[in-house]
Amino acid sequence: MFRVNIQAEPFDLALEHWALSSLGPDVGAVASFVGQVRDEVLELEHYPAMALRQMEAVLADAGARWPLKGATLIHRYGRLDVGAPIVLVLTASSHRQAAFEAAEFLMDWLKTRAPFWKKASDGWVEAKASDDAAAARWGN
Amino acid sequence: MTAVGTVTLLYFAWVREKVGVGTEQVELDRPMTVGALIEGLAGLSGGHGAALADRGRLRAAVNQDFVGWDAVVQPGDEVAIFPPVTGG
Repeated sequence: MFRVNIQAEPFDLALEHWALSSLGPDVGAVASFVGQVRDEVLELEHYPAMALRQMEAVLADAGARWPLKGATLIHRYGRLDVGAPIVLVLTASSHRQAAFEAAEFLMDWLKTRAPFWKKASDGWVEAKASDDAAAARWGN
Repeated sequence: MTAVGTVTLLYFAWVREKVGVGTEQVELDRPMTVGALIEGLAGLSGGHGAALADRGRLRAAVNQDFVGWDAVVQPGDEVAIFPPVTGG
């Protein structure tokens, strides 16, 4: 099960985890990553159609690179308070290495290719070169 | 329906704020590169000029895929112009 969602409301980590952990007896590992708002309130803007299309494409890419049983990508938009979850990456596999690596790959990709933009009180957040470098290590 | 010859433009983040609208349509009489299209758009208003002046700070997508400045835009395409993304 490979699923992408873009939503304003919070996500339910336990529910999303269960959806992957219960996929079948051959699931031996589920890795999860939650990104949350740090330091100050953010407003997230996005390009809905492109974000969905690109997130579905990268999920398919991850499925081709690693032996995943399933994966879930959820990204939020709108006004988000400090500590609020922004992004969820979940990967399920038979063994931990594929689950860990695929989750890291998906997160690095999201940072550099998913069309979302963060605005803080003092203006739009600038992209970081370190994020480009992190994504580049996976190749094309 | 998009009329033949029309390109839909989408702007995001500070590009949208400087231009003053999130979307607009322009007529295209022939295919041209994204770079040439942006040069033309920059002359539409002061806001367009301010938003589109420094191409090094911009990224583009045609029909929801990232492209370089030499990508060709056809009538009917959806062209988005925005700053480097900062999601995740």
